[in-house]
Amino acid sequence: MKLPLLKLEGVNTHIGPYHILYGIDFEVPEGELTMLLGRNGAGKTTTLRTIMGMWKASAGKVIFEGKILSEMTTPQIGNLGIAYVPENKGIFTDLTVRENMVLAARNGAPDSARLDWIFTYMPALKKFWEQPSGLLSGGQKQMLSIARAMVEPRRLLLVDEPSKGLAPAIVQNLVEAFKAMKQAGTTILVVEQNFNFAKSLGDTVVVMDNGKVAHRGTMADLAANEALQHKLLGLSLDSHQ
Amino acid sequence: MSTTQVIAADESLPKKKLDLIPVFLIPVVALIALPLYYAMGMGSASDWLTATIAGIGMGLIIFLVASGFSLVFGLMDVLNFGHGIFVTLGAYFGVAFLAPFQTWYDDPESIALNLLALFAAAGLGMLVTAVVGLIFERIIVRPVYGNHLSQILVTSGGMIVAGELCVVFWGPETLPLLPPTSLTGALVIGTFAMEKFRLMTLIVGMILFLVMVLLLNRTKLGLLIRASVQDREMVEALGYKVKFLFITVFAVGAALASLGGTFYGMFINGANNGIGPAMMINIFIVIIIAGMGSVGGALIAAILVGIANNYAGLLFPNFAAFTSIAVMCAVILWRPQGLYPVAKR
Repeated sequence: MKLPLLKLEGVNTHIGPYHILYGIDFEVPEGELTMLLGRNGAGKTTTLRTIMGMWKASAGKVIFEGKILSEMTTPQIGNLGIAYVPENKGIFTDLTVRENMVLAARNGAPDSARLDWIFTYMPALKKFWEQPSGLLSGGQKQMLSIARAMVEPRRLLLVDEPSKGLAPAIVQNLVEAFKAMKQAGTTILVVEQNFNFAKSLGDTVVVMDNGKVAHRGTMADLAANEALQHKLLGLSLDSHQ
Repeated sequence: MSTTQVIAADESLPKKKLDLIPVFLIPVVALIALPLYYAMGMGSASDWLTATIAGIGMGLIIFLVASGFSLVFGLMDVLNFGHGIFVTLGAYFGVAFLAPFQTWYDDPESIALNLLALFAAAGLGMLVTAVVGLIFERIIVRPVYGNHLSQILVTSGGMIVAGELCVVFWGPETLPLLPPTSLTGALVIGTFAMEKFRLMTLIVGMILFLVMVLLLNRTKLGLLIRASVQDREMVEALGYKVKFLFITVFAVGAALASLGGTFYGMFINGANNGIGPAMMINIFIVIIIAGMGSVGGALIAAILVGIANNYAGLLFPNFAAFTSIAVMCAVILWRPQGLYPVAKR
């Protein structure tokens, strides 16, 4: 396993009176795609939000390249080269596709060569460049939210359930986009429920259950071990096909 | 590179529905009032036109105050019930800062000198009010972020305290604040008469509205404001400090309210510590009609309230005070979220 780019050490998170995360420990190796799996309510989204500083960790540390994220504000974390794609896509629907991309580009106007690279995966965004993003279909919105994260080179990409509610053909496009980003050197952490999607992309895997880490390892090992899948995720691969 | 490009680029998007119905509310209300003028023997079409333009002029003063309040709520979910103090300060600063320019202001020969004095005083008032706004935000608003009930109580209380401080500085009496010499009286064209001062507020209000629309739509700062009103958390995740943006908007909102206060003071010919709180009632009504966070909606709502008040003042004087509330009730029965809701809370 490569060196970790992101490390969670004993992270606890409370939301109001509710204790959601109980001492989360895991690492995201640099240059790899890590899948964060688990049932509904396992604490996956809370984990991503805690990394982004949207929920404050009540105990423990989130460490990114030696910096302690759990002591920083969300804008500070966003400026470290970490991109976040939330479950609801976080698209500014009143703004056009172009305006969404302009806001995501922090170092001046979006680079046109990079935009062309993005458009090879997401041609619809080029076509609807000056249209209000609220008019895009669900899949196109998801593409825009990923494209925002791709507009400039990023060190780490956090994505919450990218395949949720999308047609299989569009999911395939997402797979290609993530592979391209990984190739370009971005480390990726994806929260996912669709095991087939996760299996096709993940290098390493972390499985959560009831606010705790239930399993860590390589995706290849988990994909090969159906009994373990059943135990951890309560599903067999067959039932998901 | 990708081999799959399954999202077809030739798909077409549904057309964005340009929702112009709220815009037509203004002519509809105006046209309903026209026959009533004749029916109730209150005058002719030119009287109606006078009342309409005067109403729009008043509406634009309300808009100047309401737009800041609306953006402040949209950006940070802050209900600043103390926004009216900036209106009060605008009127008092109008009196204070006009003093050094009084000879220019009263010069009956030169409209240019009159306006220069007016805008110099109003501009200084806006600047100082913006600074007061920053202090108000730091001391009164910041401790109650995220708690609406506390915001209402603390900002209302803040306005009362600040209003009493105005009495300490300027005394309890209403101070005279007149429009510039060359803008007193009416512009008469045939049987149609139009107060010059209202015409000026109308023009300034429209210019500021256009500047605001350009700023919000054509600049990155504007994009950030619009995006933050919709989803503050996501803007922060992109690395922008929304709190800083909010403080800037808060100060600009205070400055615009100050300009509204200067104009309103001149409109009622005086400055006292009651005009801000009194105007807040109309501001709330305008914001509820407009939809939270919408600048365009605030303009339409403010003009609606302005003209409806003017018509009712003449046609149904006993119900004049009720008019704004009646308009609000009618609109929210039709669109419970307001005309153009932006902030989704």
